[in-house]
Amino acid sequence: MATKVVMEALSPTMEEGRLVKWVKNEGDAVKTGDVIAEVETDKAVMELVARADGVLRKRLANEGDASAVGTLLGVIAGADENIDALIGGAAPAAAPAQAEAGGDTDAKAPANQAVAETREAVGQSSVPASPEQSQGEASSPPQPSAGSTTKGAGSAPPAARLTPPRPQPPPAPKGNGARPGAAPGKAVERQRTSPLARRLASERGIELGGIQGSGPGGRIVKRDIENAKSKGGAARSAAAERLGSEGDFKDIPLTQIRKTIARRLAESNGPVPTFFLTAELDVTRAAEMRTQLAEMGDGYKASFNDIVIKAVALALSEHPEVNAHWLNDKIRQFNRIHVAMAVAVEDGLITPVLFDADRLQLWEISARARELAGRARERKLTPEEYTGATFTVSNLGMFGIDQFTAIINPPEAGILAVGGVEEKPVVFDGRVEVRQRMRVTMSCDHRAIDGATGAKFLQTVRRFIENPLSLVI
Amino acid sequence: MAVVTYRDALTQALREELQRDDRVFLMGEEVAQYNGAYKVSKGLLDEFGPMRIVDTPITELGFAGVGVGAAMVGLRPIVEFMTWNFALLALDQVVNAAAKMMYMSGGQYSMPMVFRGPNGAALQLSAQHSQAWESWLAHIPGLKVCTPGTPADAKGLLKAAIRDDNPVVFLEGEMLYNTKGEVPEGEHIVPIGVAEVKREGDHCSIITHGKMVLVGMKIADDLAKEGITLDVVDLRTVRPMDVEAIARSVQKTNRAVVLEEGWEMCGVGAQVVDFIQRECFDDLDAPVLRVHQEDVPMPYAKNLERAAKPDAAKAIAAVRKVLYLD
Repeated sequence: MATKVVMEALSPTMEEGRLVKWVKNEGDAVKTGDVIAEVETDKAVMELVARADGVLRKRLANEGDASAVGTLLGVIAGADENIDALIGGAAPAAAPAQAEAGGDTDAKAPANQAVAETREAVGQSSVPASPEQSQGEASSPPQPSAGSTTKGAGSAPPAARLTPPRPQPPPAPKGNGARPGAAPGKAVERQRTSPLARRLASERGIELGGIQGSGPGGRIVKRDIENAKSKGGAARSAAAERLGSEGDFKDIPLTQIRKTIARRLAESNGPVPTFFLTAELDVTRAAEMRTQLAEMGDGYKASFNDIVIKAVALALSEHPEVNAHWLNDKIRQFNRIHVAMAVAVEDGLITPVLFDADRLQLWEISARARELAGRARERKLTPEEYTGATFTVSNLGMFGIDQFTAIINPPEAGILAVGGVEEKPVVFDGRVEVRQRMRVTMSCDHRAIDGATGAKFLQTVRRFIENPLSLVI
Repeated sequence: MAVVTYRDALTQALREELQRDDRVFLMGEEVAQYNGAYKVSKGLLDEFGPMRIVDTPITELGFAGVGVGAAMVGLRPIVEFMTWNFALLALDQVVNAAAKMMYMSGGQYSMPMVFRGPNGAALQLSAQHSQAWESWLAHIPGLKVCTPGTPADAKGLLKAAIRDDNPVVFLEGEMLYNTKGEVPEGEHIVPIGVAEVKREGDHCSIITHGKMVLVGMKIADDLAKEGITLDVVDLRTVRPMDVEAIARSVQKTNRAVVLEEGWEMCGVGAQVVDFIQRECFDDLDAPVLRVHQEDVPMPYAKNLERAAKPDAAKAIAAVRKVLYLD
């Protein structure tokens, strides 16, 4: 049976992808799971794998093309199977244009397509498609036909119907956040999901947004959930599981006062009512420790950023109210501590996560952070490596920034912005001394964290960083 | 256990109940001297005599009414219709008299009677004589509707129906009379309103009743060779319906195909699907599909009749679809 190769949602927030490279040629035999193409998502270059056994009969997209999620890219089928119907239905770009030109004969094209699509939808395979449709347009990649909707012969643009609209991730997903790139204002397309699949996903903490449905019209069915789980193919499942297993968090129901605070502050200050707390920390001793560690050998080296992450992780363990997500109807406090670090990449940023950071030794944080940052810059991170954080640290000290405010990555409740280390004259033990100082600014979602709560958290961060031995014992 | 035909299983039930309770009597067209149009009452006239095995004129409404009156005064009549297609003439007695007597008399009259006869299509009997009536009858509060699909269920349900103090509509499969199966001898009662899982499987539930039970079992055996196992739930009684059995099965398999002999519109399957979507919504991995007679009067032509009837191939196609195999 012929199977479509479509642009899959390979990251939780992906809306379109760029086909970087075809790995398989037309005519190549493929097996389920074989890599057939490389696709650049909003975050990384990912592998697009075959969802069926057969022969890659047709490649409909060119390398370098960007396509919306759900767009038909190719067809896998038996060597001799007739795939005209699939390809014919997939060539929508010109159909509305024909209709636009007017005339009876032209008007038939969308009508035929409608028939094809209807049959497609009910799962029938043999569809009579006119030859010129299947041949002539096969090479032109389907485009999201913006603007053509209003023209034409009154039928919806075929592209919109043939390729079921892929879901956007829900605006405020449970468990882990829409990354900064997500556009919260966009319309949420309907995700087709069987009731059972929906229930299983919810029970297992799997986000549906990252799953490609294999049922009619892209419906996510039970087997897709099971595959997502077993293959780890769903970006969110691993991260969601990490955060979602029972006992790893505590949901705090919202009190009336908390609800009112949340509502009023959001009205006043955008969807995430944020306030900022700045503290200047003395890192002279931390700097000394760094020097000592470096002298012990490369394996012990730690950056200021590593020290901050370790201190933050330990502080979070003392302040669970900060290690939390704002979930609109509740605040979820996590028992485990997963600290994300913002890493600048060529055309944006990404936030790889140090899972269970409070349990990692400083040298482990250091090694892991270096490795993650390296792969982030090469865009080689897998989605589960950059989702699932409970708190984020962002550091621009290396750019000579003294102090800045970072934007919270919802649904996380806070983020710590770290400035550069600077020598300054300060009053120390009753006399003026030159000390190493570093400014940190915490952004807090006021719906979840109050001023005093954030301040106490920063006090703890200060205690750890100013007494750096506590970070290595 | 003895292997007997569906027909003989019914005869056993009639004979045993006639012997057990002398208030029980059988009447209908040709039931006595001719031994029944389908020979279900064979030998009963000789054994029980003309007061208990009663031939009637061709007057369905009349003798059904006699049955209702007899039940009101304490007898336990069994009214045989030569086919349920003829029973349309008697529906006023079935629906307006028998089904409502207890209710409208304020509980003064119970109605311990059975209306029985062959139901559904046979072969080339054409549009007027090839109809499955269970959805019509099951629509009526006050009636119980039995649709046995196997000889053992035919015997056990008929005995239960005769002993029931409510009017029971008993729909036999015209094409089932010659089918054979193991039937327990003597006292064998199948309780009304209890389904039976005829084949156990994990991949898809087949909810069915009556003649289609055999089709359900056949496709279960066929598909098992491909590794697809079906849970075949034989409702046995359409009203009351054993909804717990349906739920148990669908919760196990997450998908269902409802297989019935009658038409689609307002059919028994519509009721089953309604129940499933309400009670098993979160268990469903696919829409529930129905297999039924095409929405036309039954054609006489053999090829068209075959095309109009539900069959194994149509049922398998539906199963494959809910399994997302096609």
